[in-house]
Amino acid sequence: MSKQFQFKLVLLGESAVGKSSLVLRFVKDQFDDYRESTIGAAFLTQIVTLEDQTTVKFEIWDTAGQERYKSLAPMYYRNANCAVVVYDITQSASLEKARNWIRELQRQADPSIVIALCGNKSDLSARRQVSEEEAKKYAEEEGLMWAETSAKTGEGVSEIFTAIAKKLPLTAPPSARAGGAARGTSGARSGVDLNKQPTGQNSNEPCNC
Amino acid sequence: MDEEYDVVVLGTGLTECILSGLLSKEGKKVLHMDRNDYYGGDSASLNLTQLYRKFRPGQEPPSELGRDRDYAVDLIPKFIIASGEMTQILVHTDVTRYLEFKQIAGSFVYRDGKISKVPSTEMEAVRSPLMGLFEKRRAKKFFEFLQNWKDEDPATHQGIDLDKDSMKTVYEKFGLEPGTQDFIGHAMALYLDDDYITKTARATYNRIVLYTSSMARYGKSPYIYPLYGLGELPQSFARLSAIYGGTYMLDKTIDEIVTDEQGKFVGVRSGGETVKAKQVIGDPSYFGAGKQTEGKLRVVEESKVIRAICVLKHPIPETDDSDSCQIIIPQNQVGRRNDIYIAMVSSTHNVCAKGIHIAIVSTIVETDKPELEIAPGLKLLGPIHDKFVSISPVYTPTTTGQDDNIFITQSYDATSHFETVVEDVQDVWKRVTGSDLVLKKQEVEVQQ
Repeated sequence: MSKQFQFKLVLLGESAVGKSSLVLRFVKDQFDDYRESTIGAAFLTQIVTLEDQTTVKFEIWDTAGQERYKSLAPMYYRNANCAVVVYDITQSASLEKARNWIRELQRQADPSIVIALCGNKSDLSARRQVSEEEAKKYAEEEGLMWAETSAKTGEGVSEIFTAIAKKLPLTAPPSARAGGAARGTSGARSGVDLNKQPTGQNSNEPCNC
Repeated sequence: MDEEYDVVVLGTGLTECILSGLLSKEGKKVLHMDRNDYYGGDSASLNLTQLYRKFRPGQEPPSELGRDRDYAVDLIPKFIIASGEMTQILVHTDVTRYLEFKQIAGSFVYRDGKISKVPSTEMEAVRSPLMGLFEKRRAKKFFEFLQNWKDEDPATHQGIDLDKDSMKTVYEKFGLEPGTQDFIGHAMALYLDDDYITKTARATYNRIVLYTSSMARYGKSPYIYPLYGLGELPQSFARLSAIYGGTYMLDKTIDEIVTDEQGKFVGVRSGGETVKAKQVIGDPSYFGAGKQTEGKLRVVEESKVIRAICVLKHPIPETDDSDSCQIIIPQNQVGRRNDIYIAMVSSTHNVCAKGIHIAIVSTIVETDKPELEIAPGLKLLGPIHDKFVSISPVYTPTTTGQDDNIFITQSYDATSHFETVVEDVQDVWKRVTGSDLVLKKQEVEVQQ
């Protein structure tokens, strides 16, 4: 039996850099030119299978627009195993924002978090404002993974997620590695699962005295 | 901010966040603002820096308490009662996917100077020192009566009418001693005072059933608690709201509630801009907090609650070293009108550093020396390493809001769980939308 690991992945980056599009490409291999700001994209998952048949399941948290007015809740960072911080290669200001998010992650998230810096919209390289060298140098200084992607053409998308999967520590037993990502399915842990209880029961319950 | 919204929500307390989430899900365009730079308002959980900023401005938290990020100290002490309405809302809205829960390890009651466990099973009840042998038999008959009660079967009623007879009549029928009545009314029905005794027995019956079915669910106590503190609850509903299009702005000063000549709500002014909306919902602190604003008294003070957040370096004595617990001190035991509650959590719930326990002692204020009133509770804790005391007015709105489209929620009360919060949510929902809140199970969105 091959092993399966589950990780919580959070997306960060300025509005309109293509965070949701990147995930849509990765999870469904789709692209939508006129995608509106994130609505209803609650919780996406995607499985990556590595060469040794180990499978890595990403539980992907989109910002749901809460990054816009600096109102991302601490809950968002909580127990995140990896983060994809996205900037737009045609907007140099978006790399500045990405640097801020990375600082925020270093402050708020678990110190062992794997962070990938991702320059999106590589299909628009004619309008490029951020050079590969600049971004790569910054990523190296901060010890981040780095790649350019195009959610539109799909270029580099599955590669970056696979690279993250390889970088995650796949040594601990799967249950211990689940982090907060296993919420709701945490029967084996000491927590209680509210979803397991029959719903709608009320005053006609027999009393247990 | 020149867009017009259906609803502006002010304050990110739990009540407001649940309403915001449910309204966004219903398709309403919601703008949700808070003056603080953190989520949760009065129902937030704070890290050490935030806790010191609130209670001791200018003072740094001592390094011996450990890392700032390990702390999530609740401002209001409440637990989730397992079979209650809050659990229903958590499950139906599917926010449980953002949360992880643990049991509260024990439920205790104070009697004649000692702490005893509230029995969770018949076996525990038989061994409990709370009742003498004959009283145990009488209590057993009483509980069997409740357990067997069926509305449609008069044979199970034993001559009692829950909707006509008072709880006093029921107690008398089974010959229960005052101490047992205290235990049943306060430790199980969770009444804060004795007013219930002269009222009809139905409400008490429902509360005992809620307690015992909650107790039966997970075994140790009737309560569950979210890891990382109660502040996770408003955050999870805020995320629900955001996912359905709700816009969030923290750290926003609210300067004015703008109304037209008839006093009807127009918008909210914040930093020179006015954002328009059809309706506004908010907690009492945004509507004058007991003082007149814009010529109107919108909320009035009903009572005051004192809460002492105590940092301990040990579990509470006489609680079998429980990592978490509730202790109820019934009012009669200490010559008061209102019960004193102790709620304790620890690093097991990821709310503080290892070795630290956070206990909150609270009660409804009866005198002008509230700190003296909680002394019987503080005494049970053993040495208190540090203490943060607040005295908070409980506000209630003066109008329903239907005339001016200004809908104000209640302050958090002194009860030990969230059932009154849900009642407030249901009430505000009905006032805002004109219809009853019906929870539909959300479609599961997890895609494989």
